[in-house]
Amino acid sequence: MLGVGILKGLAETGRNFLGSFVSKDRLTTIQFPEERAPRIEATRNFPFLVYDGTDPMSGLRCVSCFICEKECPPKCILIEKSTDKKPDATGKPQFYPAQFQIDISVCMSCQICVEVCPFDAIKMDTEFELSTQDRFDDLLLPKQRLAKSNEYYHEIHPTEAAAVDAELAAARAKAAPKPVAAPAAVAAPAPVAATLEPAAAPAAAPDTKGSAV
Amino acid sequence: MTPETIDQIFVITKHWLLGYVPAALQPIVSAILSVVPILLAFPLLFAITTVLERKGLGRIQNRYGPNRVGPLGILQPMADGIKSLTKEDVVPRAADQIVHFLAPILIVIAAFLAYAVLPIGRNMVVVNLNAGLLYFFAIGSMVELAVFMAGWSSHSKYSLLGAMRAVAQMISYEVPLVLASIVVIMAAGSLSTVAIVEAQTGYTYTFPHWFVFTPWGFAGFILFMIAATAESNRSPFDLPEGESEIIAGYYIEYSGFKFALFFLGEYLGMFATSALAITLFLGGWSAPFSWLTWIPSYLWFFAKLLVLIGIFIWIRGTLPRLRMDQLMGMAWKFMLPMTLLNLITAGVWHFMPGGILRWIVCTAMVVVPCILLSRSMKQGKTLQVRTYRYAE
Repeated sequence: MLGVGILKGLAETGRNFLGSFVSKDRLTTIQFPEERAPRIEATRNFPFLVYDGTDPMSGLRCVSCFICEKECPPKCILIEKSTDKKPDATGKPQFYPAQFQIDISVCMSCQICVEVCPFDAIKMDTEFELSTQDRFDDLLLPKQRLAKSNEYYHEIHPTEAAAVDAELAAARAKAAPKPVAAPAAVAAPAPVAATLEPAAAPAAAPDTKGSAV
Repeated sequence: MTPETIDQIFVITKHWLLGYVPAALQPIVSAILSVVPILLAFPLLFAITTVLERKGLGRIQNRYGPNRVGPLGILQPMADGIKSLTKEDVVPRAADQIVHFLAPILIVIAAFLAYAVLPIGRNMVVVNLNAGLLYFFAIGSMVELAVFMAGWSSHSKYSLLGAMRAVAQMISYEVPLVLASIVVIMAAGSLSTVAIVEAQTGYTYTFPHWFVFTPWGFAGFILFMIAATAESNRSPFDLPEGESEIIAGYYIEYSGFKFALFFLGEYLGMFATSALAITLFLGGWSAPFSWLTWIPSYLWFFAKLLVLIGIFIWIRGTLPRLRMDQLMGMAWKFMLPMTLLNLITAGVWHFMPGGILRWIVCTAMVVVPCILLSRSMKQGKTLQVRTYRYAE
């Protein structure tokens, strides 16, 4: 008879209406500023610079080799190489970027800079609350704002960061001269990460790992 | 304060205020005092309805709905109003400027005029016309004119299509709308809305004499509500503004406050037809049980109105939009025969002696044609999952 299907539909919507007041599970909305969705490990948006140790400026892994600047398709990276060498987190004298800027209004989040970096110095961030009133200065990130600790990297991409640390530790152990106690100088999280199984590393981890350190 | 005083408080206040006015000005002041509360109450109800509708539809779809402006989002209408007032009012260069300007005003005026004959409480009606129902339907068809003015003057294909659809739909459904309400005129013996409500105010064993509690009244109420949904362009009959097909229909070229006026007119029209359904079938302002008559009559009216609005929202959250041929088929193949048969049923009810036999005969006269008609409408139609040959 005409109308039976309508009544069934009304019952269904009525159940949804009342159920949404009773069970929280029905409501799929995450009310953003108060509630937050769990972090998704594979997400990425803009690059940041990883530093070891405690001092963001001296601990940068970047040695300003210009590879990322040259490879960047939209040319949003600007690097100025230092004229002197300073000891990095491992104590080895290195060139460092006197200036390192990424224009995130230009960046297209392609991750090519991450893939080409031989030093694992640049990685993709997950920070998304970047809206700002000033579209020039606040979207051109200097190295002070780009520098983020290795611990932060571990927080946002745990498996990938563990694999990177393991590889870095292996490379350092290989490059180190025999008598010198090089492993002692390695940054704190590295030995911990080195104990992890390399098989746990995701396929997404950059495979262009250099061994220059 | 006795319950009678509270019931008549607005009437008493009006007469008290009129006492301070010179006799020459009394008719005009009396009219203003009757009209202004309606001009305030129903737009306020519109504001409440918009937020309730959005929240209700949200809950039906397992969302929260608006909950940011004010506590629980109840100030959302204010934000909407400020937004539509501050938006740019764009008028297409090719549009007929005057008609384009007049259409939204006319739709709101037509909706407001209909409230003149609706009794919202005991002794609370703007004018007690002895042809009140006729007046209501005459004013109701002004909406079609406004809609077509909007569609035609915009000089746009989509708005013209929407207006054509709207006119076709509204004229088609006006026939069953009027025919469904004729049964009430037959029973009450009057076209006056006040007399119709008074015909329903009696009680038998605490149960009211509402027309909806008779076979022809129930059928008439359902048919009236279907036709009223189509008349007010509500889902599932919202073809004139089908967003997915013709973007927004007749008001596609309207922006800013004129757009808001169309919404206001549409909702006021919905309230007016709901209020008429209450007046005709649900006993107007009378209480549903004789031991509840101490509650003021206007509260009963608005309670019933809110229930009907809730049903409208519920229907909107449930049903998808009809196709144009289904819409027309529904009007002419189902609604029209049913309303005509309902007229005969009401006549049979009137002339048969009261008793259980009258109930059986009249119920059969409503249910059997309904089943047969819905069977015949289904004939030749196989309901199945559609398969596509080329598009996958």
